[in-house]
Amino acid sequence: MTIEKKPAVPGNGVVNKRKLEERRRFLRSIILGAAVLGISTLGYIPVASGWRMRMRPPGALEESDFLSSCIKCGQCVQVCPVQAIKLDDIDHGFGVGVPYIDSRSQACDFSCDAVQCILACPTGSLVYKKPVFMPTRSGMRVANPPILIAKEKDPEPTLNIKERTGLARLARPDACLAVQGKGFKGQARGADFKGRMRFVEVDRWKPIPLRDHPFDLELCDLCVRTCPIKGAISLQPVVDKDGNKRMTPTVHEPCLGCGVCEMICPVESAAIVVDARKGWGA
Amino acid sequence: MANKYWESVRVMLGAAPRKSLPAEYTEEAKTIHFYKKSEKLDFEALRVEAHEHQKKGVWLKRRWITLLVINLLFTASFWLDIQILEGALTASRFLGFHLIDLNSALQVMLAHKHIIVNLFIGTGTVFVLWLLVGGRTFCSWACPYHFLAENAERLHVYLVQKKKISDHTFHRGVRTVFWVLFALMAIITGYTVFETISPVGIVSRALIYGPGLALGWVVLLLLFEVFYSRRAWCRYVCPIGLTYGFVGVFSPLHVTYKLANCHHEGECKKVCEVPHVLDCVIKGRAPTAQLDIGADCTRCGMCIDVCPSGALSFEVKGLRKIM
Repeated sequence: MTIEKKPAVPGNGVVNKRKLEERRRFLRSIILGAAVLGISTLGYIPVASGWRMRMRPPGALEESDFLSSCIKCGQCVQVCPVQAIKLDDIDHGFGVGVPYIDSRSQACDFSCDAVQCILACPTGSLVYKKPVFMPTRSGMRVANPPILIAKEKDPEPTLNIKERTGLARLARPDACLAVQGKGFKGQARGADFKGRMRFVEVDRWKPIPLRDHPFDLELCDLCVRTCPIKGAISLQPVVDKDGNKRMTPTVHEPCLGCGVCEMICPVESAAIVVDARKGWGA
Repeated sequence: MANKYWESVRVMLGAAPRKSLPAEYTEEAKTIHFYKKSEKLDFEALRVEAHEHQKKGVWLKRRWITLLVINLLFTASFWLDIQILEGALTASRFLGFHLIDLNSALQVMLAHKHIIVNLFIGTGTVFVLWLLVGGRTFCSWACPYHFLAENAERLHVYLVQKKKISDHTFHRGVRTVFWVLFALMAIITGYTVFETISPVGIVSRALIYGPGLALGWVVLLLLFEVFYSRRAWCRYVCPIGLTYGFVGVFSPLHVTYKLANCHHEGECKKVCEVPHVLDCVIKGRAPTAQLDIGADCTRCGMCIDVCPSGALSFEVKGLRKIM
């Protein structure tokens, strides 16, 4: 046989150099293991501390299920006609690469009609209908199938969504133009705002930049008139502390938390906001 | 020889390659080894000849073009809205067909513990695809981090040659430990922990959706590989490589070694990301006249490019018989 035999290890009492190197390598390997594991578990900190609560796209599972099932591919980002969906960065730890919506800069206005992001999701993180064994918090399910105003006259006017992503709330009533009895004229968010939305009267299928659609209103009701969901918000009469009759935007149960009201609110910062993952009555 | 597959898995998991027993050598191999022993080779002349005959990175070019086309197809599909390959490397649709990265799918399944049909279909498609083309072929032909690491490796090798730095190796078995630990962490925590630090997902998403802070982690990894340990992530950490390695165990596409052509000067081991798979090229080791390189091989073709005597080549099992 031709197998070459190595010379026997010299037994001269000196520490065997190869053995020593092997021991060092073993130690290094353990340190490497601990370091990588340590770094990867750091990702738990932002998740556990609830660092910057994010609103997830429509049809999202409850947060912990959402984070465990999302494969971080961004297919939802790609199909959104108004590009409302963005992916989080590594400061969100385990949430890196996971989609969210920042309503103030670009809300989901359901201009895709069929909730494309849910259709695109390959892992069931975004679903039309949750599997029965998955938890749902009370107030997240909407009472009736939501009616999309844009297709109210279609044979099937409802949006295929069972749960809300959040709930709108008039956070700063004093700043609200309607409450102050003021009108609004011009571009809702100014000339530099890049957000887009679909206006049925302009184009049924194509969202346009918000700045290309100025308004002229005697009493500001932008949040009510642009709300895509039927019966989700209305102006209700109230009497303010000085005894004046005023109108105030009032959110109703059908609200899905899409965030269009937050995006379009012309005051800075928005008088009406969406509380992410908040249920009705919660 | 079922033994062969077991040996290839064992080496992939981190064990040192086993020397064949005298009884395992075929007569043909014995004869070749015998003549090689009596042969007096002029190694300097061989080296000169080697450099003359080396194909100048034929497979490297093919591979880099493929890798860049795959990754830029993702980017173009989104930016130009051509919708050919939508998504990222973790999960995508190719002309509408679901494709899901095996390791990402595994992490999601273990963390979420609920598998929907699309996830299953996408994973199955990708499994068959990489089974056909070689398992870890994914690493060298599709992974964008591999591309970065490969170039960092050149810098590392240069610095070692200049004696500016020295290379530090780890025990290869640590990758197997990582694979198990990341699987356990997914099951226990319910989060896809590995995906958080996976440079593959990070780089792929950065190419498609734009750069972010996460690239800082990738830069740290590359610096570690340049200045401390050659190809550390791919060699010692990445569970994706091991997942695809398992797929490649029974793959028909592999690099094959012809003992008779080999001059044993070892150029191939110097360029290899996983040199333990090339243990058979050491003089006297190969138990058969021709043998297949193990599952951990990424089928990158660098060894084929540098081999001056054509001892290594790509082979599709059974194809020769058909043709």
